[in-house]
Amino acid sequence: MTKTQQLHNYTLRQGDNCLILGQRLAEWCGHGPVLEQDIALTNISLDLIGQTRNYYQYAAQMNEEGKNEDDLAFLRDSLDYYNLLLVEQPNGDFAHTITRQYLFDVFHFHFLSQLCSSKDEQLSAIAHKSIKEVGYHRRWSSQWVLRLGDGTNESHSRMQVALDSLWKYAFEALEPDDLDLQMSEAGLGVDLDKIKKVCRQEVLDHLKKATLQIPQHGSGQVGGKTGKHTEHLGYILAEMQYMQRTYPGAKW
Amino acid sequence: MKKTTDDTAEILRLLHQVKDPEIPVLSVVDMGVVRHIEIRDGEIWVTITPTYSGCPAMNTIAKDIEDFLLGQGFSPVTIKTVLSPTWTTDWITENGRKALKDYGIAPPSKESWDKKNIMLEEVVVKCPRCESQNTQMTSEFGSTACKALYKCLDCLEPFDYFKCI
Repeated sequence: MTKTQQLHNYTLRQGDNCLILGQRLAEWCGHGPVLEQDIALTNISLDLIGQTRNYYQYAAQMNEEGKNEDDLAFLRDSLDYYNLLLVEQPNGDFAHTITRQYLFDVFHFHFLSQLCSSKDEQLSAIAHKSIKEVGYHRRWSSQWVLRLGDGTNESHSRMQVALDSLWKYAFEALEPDDLDLQMSEAGLGVDLDKIKKVCRQEVLDHLKKATLQIPQHGSGQVGGKTGKHTEHLGYILAEMQYMQRTYPGAKW
Repeated sequence: MKKTTDDTAEILRLLHQVKDPEIPVLSVVDMGVVRHIEIRDGEIWVTITPTYSGCPAMNTIAKDIEDFLLGQGFSPVTIKTVLSPTWTTDWITENGRKALKDYGIAPPSKESWDKKNIMLEEVVVKCPRCESQNTQMTSEFGSTACKALYKCLDCLEPFDYFKCI
């Protein structure tokens, strides 16, 4: 793989995380538990989709087949998506959505704080832009983890169920694959070893504060970064890509 | 009639007439979205930067600026969007802050975003109607990406707060 291809793929997969989670959150539109939180979920979705566009537009500039940002979003199959398994998990109840969001936000925030110093100017610019938004996401989701975890019996038990079911995907983001290592070595990507400890500690401390039990099973199921996904991704793509697949090249 | 100018200050002054489509009391200049104006061989280049990555108003702002300058007789006009340096609420002018407040939106805190947000602290937001500091956040996210929802516990009015980023 050439250096440009590496940078292209690395850029693409940051965008994939944002797009898939953004799409998931958009499914809440009109279904939030209360109006304000419905708006919060879709605001976060909008931020993430905006970030996706920044990554995809940049990847498109490097794309050897001349694909544009829309092609990248609407005309790739699940094997060519490189997002984390965590972000493609279904919304479930509000507790599942909050837990998924919180686990991603903590990683995302620390990841971006490192990506800001990428030697690649555009990745650094995208990171500087995104981190301000993600700071708010992290604050919002961590407050909800506390409120629901240390809340009523019902909210507590739902949070525990959500945490138990999502835990296996909690730290895939922190497990480097070849591309992570190559990009970090080149000074373009993030050295995941640098953020591993701080992310884990932040999550463990916060969950404890929220009176939740840390599950005992593993938390680093991998696959997403190399295109091996859970069954859920195909359904998201089917819905998201329907229009472009049915009416190729449709515009409005 | 086609007009030409090499005076970038004149263009900047004129752009005060282009308003933010979602907060129509605020010009794109007072918002700090217009970053740079350059005139090369009669062609006007306006560089803008988005407030939020996903701000849906950006395409409209770019189009509004272009249409406005073309409407004033300037041509050709090119709008360029850059991400760096990153937009911050510190770039909203004093005029802009006043316009926001008069419109019923509490202007962004002047304190640095980074520290408070990293520490996950709350900021004190004054009610834009009665100036009371006895206010409470209803939601971190409001009707647009750039605002949060608050309510005043003294005058009891709900209001928007322009988030500090």
